[in-house]
Amino acid sequence: MNILRPSIICTVAFTIAGLLTGCNKPSSVPGAGDDTIKVGEFASLTGSEATFGQSSHNGTQLAVDEINAAGGVLGKKIQLLTEDDQSQAGQSATVVRKLISSDGVVAILGEVASSRSLEAAPICQQNKIPMISPSSTNPRVTEVGDFIFRVCFIDPFQGTVMANFARKTLKLQNVAVLTDVKSDYSVGLAKFFKEGFTTTGGKIAAEQNYSGGDKDFNAQLTSIKAANPDGIFVPGYYTEVGLIALQAKQLGLTIPIFGGDGWESPSLVQIGGAALEGDYFSTHFSPQASTPAVQNFVKKYEAKFKDAPDAMAALGYDSALILADAIKKTGSTDGTKIRDALAAEKDFPGASGNITIDANRNASKPAVILEIKNGAFQYVQTVAP
Amino acid sequence: MNFRHAKTFLLGAIALGFLASLFADRINPYWLFIFYDIGISIVMAVSLNLINGYTGQFSLGHAGFMAVGAYSSAVITNQFGDLSFLAANGIFAVALLAGGLAAALAGLLVGIPSLRLRGDYLAIVTLGFGEIIRVILQNMDKVGGARGLSVMHGWTNLFWTFGLAAVTVYVVASLVNSTYGRGFIAVRDDEVAAEAMGINTTKYKVTAFVVGAFFAGIAGGLYAHSKQFITPGGFGFMQSIAFVVMVILGGMGNTIGVILAAILLTLLPEGLRMLSGIEHLPGLTAERPLGWIGDTRMIIYSLLLIVLMLTRPQGLFSLKKSSVQK
Repeated sequence: MNILRPSIICTVAFTIAGLLTGCNKPSSVPGAGDDTIKVGEFASLTGSEATFGQSSHNGTQLAVDEINAAGGVLGKKIQLLTEDDQSQAGQSATVVRKLISSDGVVAILGEVASSRSLEAAPICQQNKIPMISPSSTNPRVTEVGDFIFRVCFIDPFQGTVMANFARKTLKLQNVAVLTDVKSDYSVGLAKFFKEGFTTTGGKIAAEQNYSGGDKDFNAQLTSIKAANPDGIFVPGYYTEVGLIALQAKQLGLTIPIFGGDGWESPSLVQIGGAALEGDYFSTHFSPQASTPAVQNFVKKYEAKFKDAPDAMAALGYDSALILADAIKKTGSTDGTKIRDALAAEKDFPGASGNITIDANRNASKPAVILEIKNGAFQYVQTVAP
Repeated sequence: MNFRHAKTFLLGAIALGFLASLFADRINPYWLFIFYDIGISIVMAVSLNLINGYTGQFSLGHAGFMAVGAYSSAVITNQFGDLSFLAANGIFAVALLAGGLAAALAGLLVGIPSLRLRGDYLAIVTLGFGEIIRVILQNMDKVGGARGLSVMHGWTNLFWTFGLAAVTVYVVASLVNSTYGRGFIAVRDDEVAAEAMGINTTKYKVTAFVVGAFFAGIAGGLYAHSKQFITPGGFGFMQSIAFVVMVILGGMGNTIGVILAAILLTLLPEGLRMLSGIEHLPGLTAERPLGWIGDTRMIIYSLLLIVLMLTRPQGLFSLKKSSVQK
């Protein structure tokens, strides 16, 4: 084997690569194209989480079209550059680098999944480009740095919301908590629920644990029944929640069960069926809410995409709107200035509720509570933080 | 095989990597990180080629070894804060080596039970092994579980990626071209005959797995310190398949072909992405005339793979039969 060949080929490859980089220098000042402001979006348009990514992208696109139809911002149109990360690890870093250094975008919107947002966030932070995640709920995302924002609430907040709802609306006194100990999300939610519930005068009657993937919950439910609570808080995912509801009814527990946005899936009702009737969960958005912002968004979304919007679409929509608002307010496309304007956003009227960016760059905003009625999710109320 | 040339190549490539890393600031970061991906792919594909191509075993768990290396090295470097240039590179070298050794140990673990298996059966064992690693990492709370692990230092640079790619190529090429290394090829060509000739086939197969896994571990370390965020999901079955495709496309047991396939397959999706981003083409009035490529990028990629495999089943780049091939 002639070992000299690879060195020649490597040199050629290097040269070609060098030429490629030469042609791809960002032109002039970042984002300050002649008549457009470039905004980058990365989303999982293909791959395992494509449904989330496409909903989110549709919402974002709708917002950008709307802003441009109204004359754009700073007299310029917004150009949305969307890159697909294929729901794959490693791809987000690549596409976000492309958007920032090859396309010269002024800000980045994305992603739904926290793991992919966490991959992109350090890059945005290093380049001082503001990044707004529409729906990554993991608290670590915005902890990466002061250029990273989100327009959804974080996991712990839902615990507090459900505590208030259980105390004030359902008027519960003794509540049992059934936590999925394998999931960070569930443990966090349970912790904040317990804090919120006890500080408003409620009592935690029983605490039981399970592991995601379990099928039999009779032991836990029997001991919960023995404690005689008037409600059960189950901050888990829909597969187990459906089974828990079924087995609770079989044990003769007729008290309401309630939880967080891990419940939100059509599969929930398929698994739990009638056993779930009259149970509640909190989530980001409901197209049934009657506020003008929501109804306006639902109407436009349905007209354009012939489909009802979900939470991901509403949050994608809000991420683009709040960015445009920040650019408008600061009158500049400079990353640091946009960041400052974003950090100062207060009561911004979004489709998913009024958004206030708090000191940790998370959105402080209302949650929506849904009830399961006749096998469908029914809007109950909006709970302010 | 001329060893003087092999060493020239090694030193030349390392020097080239070092020189290029001096100019890293001038390179658009997007392309810079694609170069890192290329370097990492080369290490992965060439090391897998030792197992799949030269020794004729079929491993479907190469990304599993990569995961072991990525996590081990990241856990080590995360213990350190900001360091001076020299200290950082010293620690990085140690971490990469430790990642490689951890992966080599994992390779030994797969190698031993796989001795009794051949072909499809071995493929399934390695596939299972890759999945086991992924699931173990997913359930290890210390390294973030399914939520992933943030890697604090982005120490991967052109020098490390291309230097180590060159070392991998050198080691694998020298190994299979040495007197000792003929044993790998003998095992591939006819295991029974090789055994009859007095070759310890067991030892050769384990060696191939251990050496291959070692370099996969190093590639994992480079990956972790280039992306700065790793999740167990990123080292799944599909990732292993991607490296197998590089080996098959380049030609089993053809190091140069495999290197070129690794470069091509890493660049291709990005090249297509670039095409779809072209704002105007001369003679066409439409904006982004090739925008459709963006949506169909992955289909085009898959179609190209099918066409390539149909037209060049012996491997894309096996222009001339090298002396290594039978």
